[in-house]
Amino acid sequence: MKQDIPGTIMFDGEQAQKGLALNRMCYSFNSADNRAAFLKDEEAYCREFGLTDEQRAAVKSRSVLGMIAAGGNVYYLAKLAGIFGLNVQDIGAQQTGTTVAEFKEKLAAAGR
Amino acid sequence: MAKIIGGVATTHVPSIGKAIAEKKQNDPYWKPFFRGFDYVHYWLAREKPDVAVVFYNDHGLNFFLDRLPTFAVGAASEYKNQDEGWGIPVSRSIAGDPALSWHIINNLVADEFDITMCQEMLVDHAVTIPMTLMWPGEKWTVRIVPISINTVQHPLPSVKRCLNLGRSVGRAVQSYPQELRVMIVGTGGLSHQLDGKRAGFINKEFDQLCMDKLVGEPEALTRYSIHDLVEESGAQGVEFLNWMAMRGALTGQVREVHRNYHIPISNTAAATVVLENHDEAERRAA
Repeated sequence: MKQDIPGTIMFDGEQAQKGLALNRMCYSFNSADNRAAFLKDEEAYCREFGLTDEQRAAVKSRSVLGMIAAGGNVYYLAKLAGIFGLNVQDIGAQQTGTTVAEFKEKLAAAGR
Repeated sequence: MAKIIGGVATTHVPSIGKAIAEKKQNDPYWKPFFRGFDYVHYWLAREKPDVAVVFYNDHGLNFFLDRLPTFAVGAASEYKNQDEGWGIPVSRSIAGDPALSWHIINNLVADEFDITMCQEMLVDHAVTIPMTLMWPGEKWTVRIVPISINTVQHPLPSVKRCLNLGRSVGRAVQSYPQELRVMIVGTGGLSHQLDGKRAGFINKEFDQLCMDKLVGEPEALTRYSIHDLVEESGAQGVEFLNWMAMRGALTGQVREVHRNYHIPISNTAAATVVLENHDEAERRAA
């Protein structure tokens, strides 16, 4: 995986190909019925979209970095995160290994 | 003939939609951002635009990654918004101007921009939030021509290409025979990164440079590659491409009449600018 900007994975053709099934599942979460179906039976829902083992494991463990490594695009992953009531500060904290309070403080500090 | 009165660029972070729904405009967290719109409201009331051409990027509402256009121009009489799965309230639909859309489309293709034409197009928060910020209560008094730029899946169009896309749109609008007052909108940015171990990246210095150069010497920004933009403004800071296209469409003499910059709104350096566009004839008359 090309990662010449530290901590950044370019969502390029390689990632887009790898992530198609996962991103398609997340795209389906534009519909409230689909969000409910996922919550009702996550295993079956993931199977229906043909997630790879790597993608399924990342979704199961709620690992955002894992989902990105498996080709997930953050705009689509945010729709999945929304199902669990997580916003972009929550997933930012998870990805950077900080608490949400620490992550918010880092953002605020960038303005000072 | 149609006249381009100027442009507004603003951040389009989804949580702004929630803040509006929850009436948090005067909360200490939100106030520094929302008060930046007082001038915008005054300017819109004074300038009375009829149409807004809106450069934005879709985040997976109208377009999925199965078929993703680099540039897409709306040609609908009405643009609907829908559930994006992020808990933002769905806004009411926005009127289009198909005749102006097709005029722009014809001119873009004649200018060798091979765009996608959309007679049906859902518009996401990147259109509806800026519209609601400019016209609170969804009381928008303009019709729109939405133009979407791919800022999601690399390869993205270059900074130079987006500036030139805007210039082509600007020339098209200026040659439109109807008496219309047209404003140009660019949405998104400024620096932010949502994904990866670098999530939370913000670059105040680079944002200031971009806003400074945008007014009088936008060509200077074409030296940045997309890779440079990701590095300097974050993985999602590339939404600045929408600002470049907006600036390109201002074909006359441009001056900045308003700027508001505040960190952070959500994970983003939030910015709002108003640029006025004065053409030759106006300058001579003044």
